[in-house]
Amino acid sequence: MINIDVSKKLHGMSGDMLLDVSLEVKEGSFVALAGESGSGKTTLLRILAGLESADGVISVDGEEWLRKGKSTPVQERGIGFVFQDYALFENMSVLENLLYVTNDKALAQHLLALTELTALRNRRPSRLSGGQKQRVALCRALMSRPKLLLMDEPLSALDPAMRTKLQNEILTLHKEFETTTIMVSHDPSEIYRLASEVVVLGEGKVLERGSPKDVLLKTNGSQKFSLEGELLDIVKYDVIYVAIISIGQQLVEVVISASEAKVLELGQSVRVSTKAFSPIVR
Amino acid sequence: MIETLANLDWYPFVLSFELSLITALVLFMTMLPLAWWLSQTNSKLKPVIEAITALPIVLPPSVLGFYILMALSQNSPLGKFFYETFDVSLVFSFTGLVVASVFYSMPFMVQPLQSGFESLNKNMLEASYVSGKGRLETIFRVALPNMKPALLTALIVTFAHTVGEFGVVLMVGGSIPDETKVASVAIYEFVEVMDYTQAHIYSAIMVTISFVTLLGVYIFNRQQRRFL
Repeated sequence: MINIDVSKKLHGMSGDMLLDVSLEVKEGSFVALAGESGSGKTTLLRILAGLESADGVISVDGEEWLRKGKSTPVQERGIGFVFQDYALFENMSVLENLLYVTNDKALAQHLLALTELTALRNRRPSRLSGGQKQRVALCRALMSRPKLLLMDEPLSALDPAMRTKLQNEILTLHKEFETTTIMVSHDPSEIYRLASEVVVLGEGKVLERGSPKDVLLKTNGSQKFSLEGELLDIVKYDVIYVAIISIGQQLVEVVISASEAKVLELGQSVRVSTKAFSPIVR
Repeated sequence: MIETLANLDWYPFVLSFELSLITALVLFMTMLPLAWWLSQTNSKLKPVIEAITALPIVLPPSVLGFYILMALSQNSPLGKFFYETFDVSLVFSFTGLVVASVFYSMPFMVQPLQSGFESLNKNMLEASYVSGKGRLETIFRVALPNMKPALLTALIVTFAHTVGEFGVVLMVGGSIPDETKVASVAIYEFVEVMDYTQAHIYSAIMVTISFVTLLGVYIFNRQQRRFL
């Protein structure tokens, strides 16, 4: 069990803000940290890693990492951290990057085999693609068999197809190592596939937490499906109005009424939903 | 001509290179922690320290030489201490030259190292800390190997700059043959006594060595960039 109760004054782009978060994370769980940019997700992750100072308490399986200003140095926390830009050691080969953490050749070979990197083990990071670098970063983070794995938007720089592939790999590794994992992510489908719990941060506070299904699925009442999107344009054809909305990776057209067209503003986020209509005739 | 070359006194060159090598090594060991600190700190003292370490670039060598002479002479507490304790005279001696050169060439070691450290991806250093490695291991196994051009520039330019120093050396060391008479001072003396043949030979040797050294640095840096 990981108990987190930390606070820290942040000087964000939109003025000063107090990060104040209380959380419990169960052993072996996979928690996604979501929220708008500037809500303090990355800072919270860095505080957990010991890369940034904070007030409060962090205790992991009874071990106190932070209490009354006394902080366990990052080196002694035994965590894995996947940086957004991977931060591989450029002067070392893939295998050397892993062995730098612990000289456990068997574990390194095993991780490389799991992530299909064995053939690339002697390459320098500068000669790897984004997806390959990401996998090396993940393997390196697991080399210390960490109690806690922290990932800062690990897949944000990759294209959608590569994301899906790597999500599966993260899931495989999570199942095999059963590492308690906290991941910062913006992508609802990613969160839904990977996480067992979502914590939504806003302005440095926990706004919402629960299972991905409860937090992310926006349908309620009699709606049968509901999609979130961004309103790109409203086009008038004769007497009808057509809204062009970007949902996920797709653009869709939806017919709207003249009164709706007046109220909606371009660029706003909208929800497209429909109710069931199934007449029954006896 | 061949006879002149055969009878050439090579000792000023030996002295120059010995002095430069020792200076570069002393500066590397002492300035590495300082450059690292400067690259990582947000302290209000940082600009003050940066200004002090950059001073030798702008000061006339005579000013530097004068102060060093004052500080190291046997009339000063420091000079007296060294003379009485270690029986070492810090002025008009090789040891004194090393001390003076260390001050004179300091910015050429600090600045490339500092900017090298600053250009590194901070996350890469943090990744090393997360991997359980301390600061020393991070510097030697991650930071320095990823800034080889800066490292080489710092070492070679410090070395070359010390070979090329003249004013400070003359003031602090004088021109004692086989002790403090380095190549640059030897050339000055040849010119003074109008022995232009020797002055030509010495100068040509200096130009050649300096050019080859710098060329080597630039070629290395170019290759490093191509591999990245």
